[in-house]
Amino acid sequence: MSNATNSGRALPRAGFALPWALVTPALGWTLLFFVLPFLAMGLSSLTAHDGGGFTLANYSQFFTDPSYWRAMVNSLEVTAIVTVISVLLAYPFAWILAEQVPERWQRLALMLAVLPFWTSYVVRSYSWLLVLAQNGVVNRALTSLGLVAEPLQLANTRLATVTGFVHFFVMLLTLTIFANLKQLSPSYRKAAADLGAGPIRTFLHVVLPLTLPGIMVGAFLTFVLCIGDYITPQILGGNNELLMPQLVMMQIGRRGDFPLASALSIILMAVVTVAYLACARWLKIERA
Amino acid sequence: MRALVRIASWLYALAVYGFIFLPVIVLVLFSLQATSFPIPPFTGPSLRWYGAVLSDTRLTSALVNSLLVAVLSSLAAVTLGFLSAWGFARFTLPGSALLRGLITLPLTVSYLIIGMGLLVLFNWAGVPKSLLAAGIGHVVINLPLCFAIIYSQMGDHQINIERAARDLGAPEWKVLLLITVPVMAPAIFAGFFLSMTFSWDEFVISFLLTRFDTTLPVEIWNLLRSGLNPKTNAIGSLVFAVSIVLVVLFELTLLRRKPA
Repeated sequence: MSNATNSGRALPRAGFALPWALVTPALGWTLLFFVLPFLAMGLSSLTAHDGGGFTLANYSQFFTDPSYWRAMVNSLEVTAIVTVISVLLAYPFAWILAEQVPERWQRLALMLAVLPFWTSYVVRSYSWLLVLAQNGVVNRALTSLGLVAEPLQLANTRLATVTGFVHFFVMLLTLTIFANLKQLSPSYRKAAADLGAGPIRTFLHVVLPLTLPGIMVGAFLTFVLCIGDYITPQILGGNNELLMPQLVMMQIGRRGDFPLASALSIILMAVVTVAYLACARWLKIERA
Repeated sequence: MRALVRIASWLYALAVYGFIFLPVIVLVLFSLQATSFPIPPFTGPSLRWYGAVLSDTRLTSALVNSLLVAVLSSLAAVTLGFLSAWGFARFTLPGSALLRGLITLPLTVSYLIIGMGLLVLFNWAGVPKSLLAAGIGHVVINLPLCFAIIYSQMGDHQINIERAARDLGAPEWKVLLLITVPVMAPAIFAGFFLSMTFSWDEFVISFLLTRFDTTLPVEIWNLLRSGLNPKTNAIGSLVFAVSIVLVVLFELTLLRRKPA
């Protein structure tokens, strides 16, 4: 009562109508255009494409057809590779920006490092296609240096998909890890130095463990965004090997098979949820 | 040892900067040559493809559509987000934590699945594919963001100012417009700006929910079907330039606000 922390008492005259009038539009929007569509999708996933009643065929198709399985395995593999490479590339980079670059230039250096982040996502993937094309910059450089006789097949491969993803997530992770390193109080490092630890031991035993929870959050974000993305694998990977989002879009685009697409989306979401639960538990252990 | 770390650091940083900027440089560089393939060798500067882009009515109308959808959906998202944040911060509502969780729930779901759900629902309800449908989807993805940003910035300080205004006799609408909105302006602006950039760049929801009239990312996607195309380079470079200007403006306004 003494202060306004109990904000319910801030407005005795309001009665009942005003608070609900404020929150109902947002709640209604979420129910109508997020919850209801999700229920519709769930319902749709339990019907057959050619009409008819209740069926589990769309789900059993995923678990029995090896090509569908394959797409999920591909997605998980690509996502895992991308997450690991991105963290390994971004951490030293963020460390250099936070520790080696003079304070007054840090903001500029960081802004530069994430500048391409603000280009259109579709265009960014297309740009990598330019770089990796049969007669693109990389192949041109390799052949003129005499390193390869024939241009390499770089576009429309898993390598291209991974490159495009890593490019995006290195920028994202640099931002999060940089913020993490800057939050670290310098007194930790001073204390370690006072106790006789060299810079390498300080890093391994003090800085790295303290930034690990932040890395986990960034890695999880990478996982979620990567596994749900359609653009990068479609533009850079092509159709040689399908990832889950491509499989979903294919059901809609080619066959108009909404029920199967719905079932695949729900399976994809379930995998992300499981990853989230696993990650959440791991993070808690880390903190204890 | 120190010097060695320094040199290695510089080399590493340069390599990563190179990796980050390589595709952008290639994109912009080859938008500036007149040949019909954006590939090496570079054959000298020309603005031919920028002219082609600006005279392509499909691209220019998609650009206008994108701006329209971005501005209107962000306004809707920030308005709904602000009102609900205000409601939840000021009043004790039954089940408040649960309801707040519901509003932020879409943040955890990928755009593909949000788009799929709306597609199935609209298909059943007989709602035609349109820019409006895509705009509705953009509000779904940006509303939780605006809510979270604004709600996190609402504190006792702002509630006390509001109470002072009310004690001095201000009616509710005056408190809202003259006190709360100005006090919360930075959070509202940040929510609006982020929503704008996400809507502007959003592809998969627009792809699923629009048909003939569409947004710029979808129209660029359509251009990609023809393979490597210097027009794509030119429009991509233009979009990049616009984004850079926006980001620099945003940085400058934030930086300028800090010392004050």
